[in-house]
Amino acid sequence: MVILAILVWMAVKILTDDDYELAWTRIWPGLWITIVAALEAFGIALVIGLVFGMGQLSRNVVSRNVARTYVEFVRGIPILPLIFTVALVIVPQATDALNGRLEPWFGWEFRLSFQMRATVTLALIYGAYLAEIFRGGIQSIPPGQVEAGRSLGLSRRQTMNSVVLPQAMRAIIPPLGNDFIAILKDTSLLSILGVLEITQRARQFSASSFKFREGYFVSVFIYLILVMSLSLLLGVLERRMTRDRKGGR
Amino acid sequence: MISVRGLSKTFDRTIHAVRDVDLDVAEGEVVVIVGPSGSGKSTVLRCINLLEIPTEGTVVVNGADLTDSSTDIDEVRTEVGMVFQQFNLFPHLTVCQNVTLAQRKVRGRDRQEAEEMAMAQLTRVGIPEKADAYPRQLSGGQQQRVAIARSLAMEPKVMLFDEPTSALDPEMVKEVLDVMLELAAEGMTMVVVTHEMGFAKAAGDRLVFMDEGEIVETGSPDEVFSNPRHQRTRDFFDKILY
Repeated sequence: MVILAILVWMAVKILTDDDYELAWTRIWPGLWITIVAALEAFGIALVIGLVFGMGQLSRNVVSRNVARTYVEFVRGIPILPLIFTVALVIVPQATDALNGRLEPWFGWEFRLSFQMRATVTLALIYGAYLAEIFRGGIQSIPPGQVEAGRSLGLSRRQTMNSVVLPQAMRAIIPPLGNDFIAILKDTSLLSILGVLEITQRARQFSASSFKFREGYFVSVFIYLILVMSLSLLLGVLERRMTRDRKGGR
Repeated sequence: MISVRGLSKTFDRTIHAVRDVDLDVAEGEVVVIVGPSGSGKSTVLRCINLLEIPTEGTVVVNGADLTDSSTDIDEVRTEVGMVFQQFNLFPHLTVCQNVTLAQRKVRGRDRQEAEEMAMAQLTRVGIPEKADAYPRQLSGGQQQRVAIARSLAMEPKVMLFDEPTSALDPEMVKEVLDVMLELAAEGMTMVVVTHEMGFAKAAGDRLVFMDEGEIVETGSPDEVFSNPRHQRTRDFFDKILY
């Protein structure tokens, strides 16, 4: 209720107050970048998470340890220093090493924008988180389910795809949604690399006009609207997913 | 049909669940394995479709040596049905989908064919009207009968039962045993681990008594019940029969 009141007040301000309106027109174009970066990062993170989540459960000792190490390593580093490390050290060195060799072959150089570098970093971090979610979801399925599938003659893969994963999805979807919201908020970290998403635009607007209150209030307003509508959507999704599972005898 | 030779299973290198077990099951035979809990009877059963990997010995099912790594275990398993104590139905699928899943994925039957087979098997176990229900909407006895139908739909040559009635409320035991009796009468090859001595007497061609990972005694159910040769067998029956 309080949040709603604040949002309404902000909306009214934006519509009526010239300073707020100016801040709004400067900042909201960043919304697009915020959303795209969040979607890209989440998409890559999903792939990383699935691979390393399953990797941790693999029978192969090597892939199990690689996956485990990755997750522990990434989870042990705060996001900000990792963004700096990837964007300013690892990516430039990798491009240097690659480009010398690629150029004569393809006449093409490997380049990664700062936005993409930061997005990839976010994906690396959230990939590790999602790996844990996938692992937990798969492990929450009782071993009897796998035994039943296998003893019917289903292969390991068929059992995973038809028996385990569909059930694990129920345990996986809600935390996945939460992590998408988290990743959306963390795209604000892209601002430190100068990516023109919402936070960076708010910083620029405030710094150039000295209207700090208007600038940051508007950015907060946009984030709040985004996150709240997303959680509403997630709630509906969750209820729909559990509905057909219920119903008594 | 099944030939087990010198089977041993050791867990964590120190726990000897099964020691040097020999067991042969002929086609159409119903073998009932009884014994105190922890005697290794479930482990023997689970070795027959390789849910447990034998530490030593060989298991030959339908001519295929399971302990040979070149044997395609998935193929052997399609011929060996397994019914679990905890039913292990797939909760995200309807009863009908539970029964058709493996038929379609493994046997390659099309939807219509698989559903006809499913309905036939569900009718056989007496609950065709529950085809569209989800497992959680069924009683324990009904769930176990669906599990049996799910195995039968693969048209296996052998059926393994791992304490199929132990997780059931008492009033539901009979409906499951009835289905199993009928199956035995139709000539299905069965290996049944159970505590239901009544079933052993009614349907068993042979009774195997296990204790501490070994086969202590084997013979026709009447013979073993009325005149057990070993002290351990006698002690066990003294404890459970009254």
